[in-house]
Amino acid sequence: MERLDFVLAGHRPVQAFEAILVGVVGSGNLEVLVEPGDHPASCTFLINTSAVGFGAIWEAVVKGFQARHQLCGVSVSINDMGATPAVVSLRLDQAIASVPFLKAPAS
Amino acid sequence: MINALSYAELNARQRVEHLLDPGSFTEILGPSARVVSPHLALLGVPYAFDDGVVIGTGLMHDQPVLIAAQEGRFMGGGVGEVHGAKLVGLMRLALKVRPMAVFVLAESGGVRLHEANAGLIAVSEVMRAVLDVRAAGIPVVMLIGGANGCFGGMGLIARCADHVVMSDQARMSMSGPEVIESSRGVEEFDSRDRALVWRTTGGKHRFLMGDCDLLVEDDMGAFRQVAASLLGCSQKLNLQGLLDEQRVLTERLENTGQCNDAGEIWRRLGVEHPERVADMDVEQLQALKASQILGAS
Amino acid sequence: MNWKELVIALFGEAHTITRTGDVISGDAHLQVAEAELTIAVVGTTDHAEIGVETALAQARLVLDTVSRYPGRPIVLLVDTQGQRLRRRDELLGLNRYMAHLGCCVDLARRNGHRIIGLVYDQALSGGFITSGLMADACYALPEAEIRVMRLPAMSRVTKISEDLLRSLSETNPVFAPGVANYVAMGGIQSLWSGDLKQCLLDALADPNTSDIRTRLGADRGGRALAERVVHQVIEA
Repeated sequence: MERLDFVLAGHRPVQAFEAILVGVVGSGNLEVLVEPGDHPASCTFLINTSAVGFGAIWEAVVKGFQARHQLCGVSVSINDMGATPAVVSLRLDQAIASVPFLKAPAS
Repeated sequence: MINALSYAELNARQRVEHLLDPGSFTEILGPSARVVSPHLALLGVPYAFDDGVVIGTGLMHDQPVLIAAQEGRFMGGGVGEVHGAKLVGLMRLALKVRPMAVFVLAESGGVRLHEANAGLIAVSEVMRAVLDVRAAGIPVVMLIGGANGCFGGMGLIARCADHVVMSDQARMSMSGPEVIESSRGVEEFDSRDRALVWRTTGGKHRFLMGDCDLLVEDDMGAFRQVAASLLGCSQKLNLQGLLDEQRVLTERLENTGQCNDAGEIWRRLGVEHPERVADMDVEQLQALKASQILGAS
Repeated sequence: MNWKELVIALFGEAHTITRTGDVISGDAHLQVAEAELTIAVVGTTDHAEIGVETALAQARLVLDTVSRYPGRPIVLLVDTQGQRLRRRDELLGLNRYMAHLGCCVDLARRNGHRIIGLVYDQALSGGFITSGLMADACYALPEAEIRVMRLPAMSRVTKISEDLLRSLSETNPVFAPGVANYVAMGGIQSLWSGDLKQCLLDALADPNTSDIRTRLGADRGGRALAERVVHQVIEA
């Protein structure tokens, strides 16, 4: 098993929300739990994976995701059983589809 | 059936949401609680935040119920230490809050082998806890409809409940065909012969035998309708009831103990054309069962 | 210890226990203070496979006792290699037959019969769940073997190497097949050695009929989490 943690800056604030879970911990699959987070200006990514040695790929996927979505005040926790980067990205997108972003003022 | 929502294709949490009154489900020890298996990491297997079982309270037609749903795609729905404890806790909670029913949406291979001893003990604890709820006059209803079926220890627990509901896609048995094949060879049980597997362990066969009380289509609406009809329908066990069961099971062995295949059994139960059963739909099966002269029960 | 030696150790000559196929049954008598106590004995031998016939036969014996001898204690003697692995037994509904046995054991308890299990040789998997593990308490002889599944089969089903499973089963209570682990996890109440008759008398005298196994597992350290989770759910 490998644990990976990333804390990435973001600026799209969210309203309070109930935890969201997508996916399932099956072979080639993963579950993603999105919850309100402790850091107002960043998003934390906590990954627990049975596929050891892919830290660089996880980092790339997570950074790409955060570059698109700029989450802050959110925590993303993952239990992974060898999903491909494509499946990981899919689940991440599914997970935040219901996150209620605050309307950003024009700036 | 138009607008059918397949039970088999939904995950555990979705099945719960669709079975209960909309928005009425309150999950207990959900994923955020992170009550995870302490054993899986030793085998290099990731845990799931809910340990593969969703439990909680809700309403069905405005009546209070408790519900559990096993996630068949996580460890085959196998019962481990935490998973089992969640089920035991739910049953003990039922004794405290006295719902109109406890629904168990079973999809499991039985004991989670990765947790071996802990899983085995947990299964027997769940059995005792289910029987306690039953003895208290609260019906325990097993709903079986997932692709992985209901096997092993969960197959035992299923037959301790007041009622068993299966879809025609579902399976319920003790040992799975793969286990029997790998132990005794393909001549004993060819696990890849789907027709044979479903004739032996599937919903239609169990329904004709009387091991499942109600047969439904693979549809959430059908499951919900049948589930609601069982609210408050307790069948307490007593000596007479078990003596009756003893008689039924003894007669089954006497009448069909020599049969080699389901078709032979169905014929002895009064089914004129057993070869047609595989192609019959649920409604036709129900009519057939109703017209059977020799009851299986 | 085979069943005959066990029966002599427990009851001397004061019994009528006989064997039919793999099923053993009969009555036995124990002196308790000034009185004589009759107990019913039901069980299996020769590492019995629990198929539909064996489950049904044991259920009948339990029901006979409940029907005819109110309050008579029942002792389940367990020696099994687990459920019978035959297509024919599955066809006939083995899970229903085995569950029926479990329900009979549970009914005996509810109807006021003290019912205890003793694993005296082997107990594997399902063969054990609906008999010994449904009793008020289950005990074991120190030399008994209790396990879920043999390693080669476990390896095939879990796709985990036999070597890894073997090394884990030497050190980890969750995998290790020894009876001591089952005691630590709360599944087995205690091991019987020395004066077996006295162990039996003590077990019969224990008034508890609640399932306390998660608490035992927590107190003894073999199962740290189950008890806490059960309580968290009840308090939710």
